Amino acid sequence: MNFFILSIIKAAVVASVLLTTLAYLQWVERKVIAHIQVRLGPSRVGPHGLLQPLADVIKLITKEDLIPPYVNKFIYLLAPFLAVTMALISISVIPFGGEIQVLGQRTWLQLTDLNIGLLFILAISSMGVYGVALAGWASNNKYALLGGLRSSAQMISYELPLSLAIVSPLLLSNTLSLRQIVDTQSGSILHWNILRFPAPQIVSFLVFMIAAFAETNRVPFDLPEAENELVAGFHTEYSSMKFAAFFMAEYANMVTVSCITATLFLGGWQPLFPAAWGSNFVPAAVFAAGGLVAIYHGLNPARRRDRLTLPIVGVIFLAIAALFLIPLLQQALIPLFWFAAKVGVILFVFIWIRGTLPRFRYDQLMGFAWKVLFPIALINLLVTGLLVALS
Amino acid sequence: MDVILFLIFAIIAVVCGINVVVQTHPISSALSLIGVMGSLAVLYLLLGAEFIAMAQIIVYAGAIMVLFIFVIMLLNAGAESKKGRSFVAQLLGMPLLVAFLALVSYFIQRLFPATPLVQFGAFKSGTAQNIGRALFTQYLLPFEVTSILILIAILGAIVLARKELE
Repeated sequence: MNFFILSIIKAAVVASVLLTTLAYLQWVERKVIAHIQVRLGPSRVGPHGLLQPLADVIKLITKEDLIPPYVNKFIYLLAPFLAVTMALISISVIPFGGEIQVLGQRTWLQLTDLNIGLLFILAISSMGVYGVALAGWASNNKYALLGGLRSSAQMISYELPLSLAIVSPLLLSNTLSLRQIVDTQSGSILHWNILRFPAPQIVSFLVFMIAAFAETNRVPFDLPEAENELVAGFHTEYSSMKFAAFFMAEYANMVTVSCITATLFLGGWQPLFPAAWGSNFVPAAVFAAGGLVAIYHGLNPARRRDRLTLPIVGVIFLAIAALFLIPLLQQALIPLFWFAAKVGVILFVFIWIRGTLPRFRYDQLMGFAWKVLFPIALINLLVTGLLVALS
Repeated sequence: MDVILFLIFAIIAVVCGINVVVQTHPISSALSLIGVMGSLAVLYLLLGAEFIAMAQIIVYAGAIMVLFIFVIMLLNAGAESKKGRSFVAQLLGMPLLVAFLALVSYFIQRLFPATPLVQFGAFKSGTAQNIGRALFTQYLLPFEVTSILILIAILGAIVLARKELE
């Protein structure tokens, strides 16, 4: 019974954190891209536009929910549901931290650990293509159909290098369970699969990242929704919450892929260097430094209102830093900090690339997958297998 | 619990299977087939064959059926028309099907000895390690032969496609 209650609590916490992250990821993306393009980005709703996600949600919910005539109604309604479900499920096998003890209960910072965790993720992500493909077909719109076709062709093609790139780190970790994959990478950065002896997985990391960009339909591979050719691609005919579902699915896929990258290649929640060298104090130091900078600028304000706001922000940061020093909370907070830091960096790369690179042409996209990425992943797999067998 | 789950997913599988035949539109049939594959995967999972279950979803539901749907979408196949079926087939189809199924089940009952009942969760060796070991030791030759067969099929497809281009 305890297990049941504990699982429900964990699922509720993970779900609410994930959904909040999704909402704010969009704000971060708009802000970062705005700064890349020398704009301000959202700045009207709340300080620095921080309440923008809330406003967007209200806007999307209250918009007219339109079902166009001549669509295949069942599939038209099924598609966004499918897309968002498949995007959210994968988070359930991601490990966020080690075993912790709360009120006498021992539990893992992970919803569930499957022996076949990685295969489960592959299965779910291969089902994700249905949402997009069916949405394109059911909309009864040529642009949507073309978007759906492009997307399914692209996702089938890039699934091959993606899976091959996943296999190489598995050879090093020798297990399919994500918890054990993280455990085998404990130690320091030199034990992470990306740099691990005897076969550093830098190549497979790059292949995985590129294929992941294509799988999540992100720039420079966002051909399924290329607005200058296809209006909005597969979700042209969707409005209100059904459009929001596709939007959410895209961001959820981004978060999932970043979590998998962090787990497979970057050591999951393992710290950068061992706790014996003081890695437990890094989170507190980072937040304290942030707080001190904010307080310093509050004392030498550039604008009048900074005199009030920046010291408050600084004190909040110092309080967070103090939380990281409480031994009871440390066991949960420190793995979470490292995991969130790695995922955050990868997500930032996603956004950075969107702000930097132009879109591929469609033949370039397919040629790249089959003629470049696939052979590289295959050769890397052979080399890794050889090195692991030899050592 | 296992039995309840089995019943739920067995019923879903059968209903989806019937739906594949009943639906007139190819996309609906393909979707029902995905339902069959998915519920079969859950049944495998209940029996302890976790690797097979995931392979079922990755290969059948995730790859083969996506290609099916892709082709249906590409050809823009419409709903099939119910006209033009012979009167004899309409009249005799159902009774003949029932008679055939009865015969098959009768012979299966007669020819095969009664086996002990399947126990849910009793089978423990469906892990990826066990299957990998079996594939690369005991069944190495069939495994390699199958892979060469698939390679030949790929080459054949390329040759046919090239001929089309020229």
